[in-house]
Amino acid sequence: MVTTLLVSIGIISLISVFLAILMVVADATIGNYGTVRIHINNGSKELEVEGGQPLLKALNGEGVFIPSACGGRGSCGLCKVQVTEGGGEYLPTELPWISDEEKKQHIRLSCQFKVKSDVSIVIPEELFLVKEFSTVVESIRDLTHDIKEVRLLLKDPAVITPKAGQYIQFEVPEYEDSDESVYRAYSKASSPSDNNHVELEIRLVPNGICTTYVHKHLKEGDSVTINGPYGDFFLRGTENNIIFIAGGSGMAPIKSMLLDMEKKGIKRKATYFFGARSKRDLFLLEEMRALEEKMPNFTFVPALSEPQKEDAWEGEVGLITDVVRRMVEQGPSSEAYLCGSPGMIDACIKVLNEVKVPPENIFYDKFS
Amino acid sequence: MNGSIMPFAIFFASIFTGNILLTNYLGMCSFLSVSKELKTSTGLGVAVIFVMATTTPLNWLVYQYLLIPFGLEYLRFIVFIIVIAAFVQLTEMTIERYSEPLYQSLGIFLPLITVNCAILGVSLFMVIREYTFLTSFLFGLGSGIGWFIAIIAMAGIRQKLKNAKVPPGLEGPGITLIIAGFMAMAFMGFSGMIAIS
Repeated sequence: MVTTLLVSIGIISLISVFLAILMVVADATIGNYGTVRIHINNGSKELEVEGGQPLLKALNGEGVFIPSACGGRGSCGLCKVQVTEGGGEYLPTELPWISDEEKKQHIRLSCQFKVKSDVSIVIPEELFLVKEFSTVVESIRDLTHDIKEVRLLLKDPAVITPKAGQYIQFEVPEYEDSDESVYRAYSKASSPSDNNHVELEIRLVPNGICTTYVHKHLKEGDSVTINGPYGDFFLRGTENNIIFIAGGSGMAPIKSMLLDMEKKGIKRKATYFFGARSKRDLFLLEEMRALEEKMPNFTFVPALSEPQKEDAWEGEVGLITDVVRRMVEQGPSSEAYLCGSPGMIDACIKVLNEVKVPPENIFYDKFS
Repeated sequence: MNGSIMPFAIFFASIFTGNILLTNYLGMCSFLSVSKELKTSTGLGVAVIFVMATTTPLNWLVYQYLLIPFGLEYLRFIVFIIVIAAFVQLTEMTIERYSEPLYQSLGIFLPLITVNCAILGVSLFMVIREYTFLTSFLFGLGSGIGWFIAIIAMAGIRQKLKNAKVPPGLEGPGITLIIAGFMAMAFMGFSGMIAIS
């Protein structure tokens, strides 16, 4: 009995060790591509990395973060990078995400494309500013029945330099309802001048991996890893009138922009249309009223689509699109910033076209 | 049946009457998820043919010359899995290094099927049915071809299906499973020709 046991353990170990040695040898010979160079943006930066690994991982290892939601499994299609030299053929695993237009520009899915020889790539300059931050939850408070405000204190690095309106990615560790860590993007709600904090507004989505984690598990004092900032949703430096439109947790980037305007003393005429169903979905009303006091050219217009009797609501009533159509006057000299669900944004863009806001002046951040 | 034609009978039986996918329902996961397009299905199918035709004789050697002499037949599950995983990994690395076009068309699919139950299933059937080395090879090859035929047939049907009205509740895996059922019944039509044992 004991002999059988020992023999079987011995044989299994023998086979495993043999195969393991074979793999190690193969890894060091067949799988060894030496060090390769990555030239970024026509020589503005050059990295030396170990060859044979996916581009996304190679760049991450050197502190250059490409936005990616699935963690490099080729299932989100976000981590696109332009490879100008050394790209080679497309892999079948990339093709579902790459359009014909992108093929002409040699855009690759960086989690699938492996760096086997020297390559040249082009990435947006601002990605150099993207870093990974370890943070601690300073406070969590309820804004409405289903939206929580999470305030993170940055530990390492201790300072973030985003533009107002940009977003960060929040790493959700493994927990009981999710057996792998994932990243989810959230807009930063705090002012850029508050540069050692990040505030997020997170609405509970039924069965959402991250929102469930934040609403049911996250406590004050917990450690959280984020990376960022990302995105081209930020206030442009023009003299146009500003139309802000948001719904639900779409409040976050707009609030950040408003705080930034107040801090910098920007006196452009601004109107903020905030859509909600009933009074229990409204939040931060005092903060907005306080901003109206400090900025004479700013008006906050909350609108309820289904006000309840007990709300005793005297403000605007109707869908946010109707309110915008009714109230916007100088469309052609305005620019619009929209944040909310895809349905809301599409409907609002239609209305903004009707009131003659130039299409190139419409900026939006769609939840997806 | 005469001993010398037996291996070839098994080869054809494993393609048609004993199709690993349609009679044993093994390897369903990749069959359902990768059968959306003909091109990718072909790549995956060829990879399955290759891996089955190579790992089955390889496992036969391991079984005959390592496990039986030490009386360790009961360890075949774990040993077969390790051998398949290591072999596929090595093949993938080699292809990736030395042949770009082959990697494009075949190599990229190899990691997807390392843990495919059909691959392990073929090795285990080979043991239960006490095949010889040659028969094992032909059985592996035939099972691979059978799997290949099944997935490209399914991919062809699913491409046509894109223009068809499918009840909302049946879209995706639902209708695919129903079609797989029909295909299995159609393949049963071959069963009078050759029997596999």
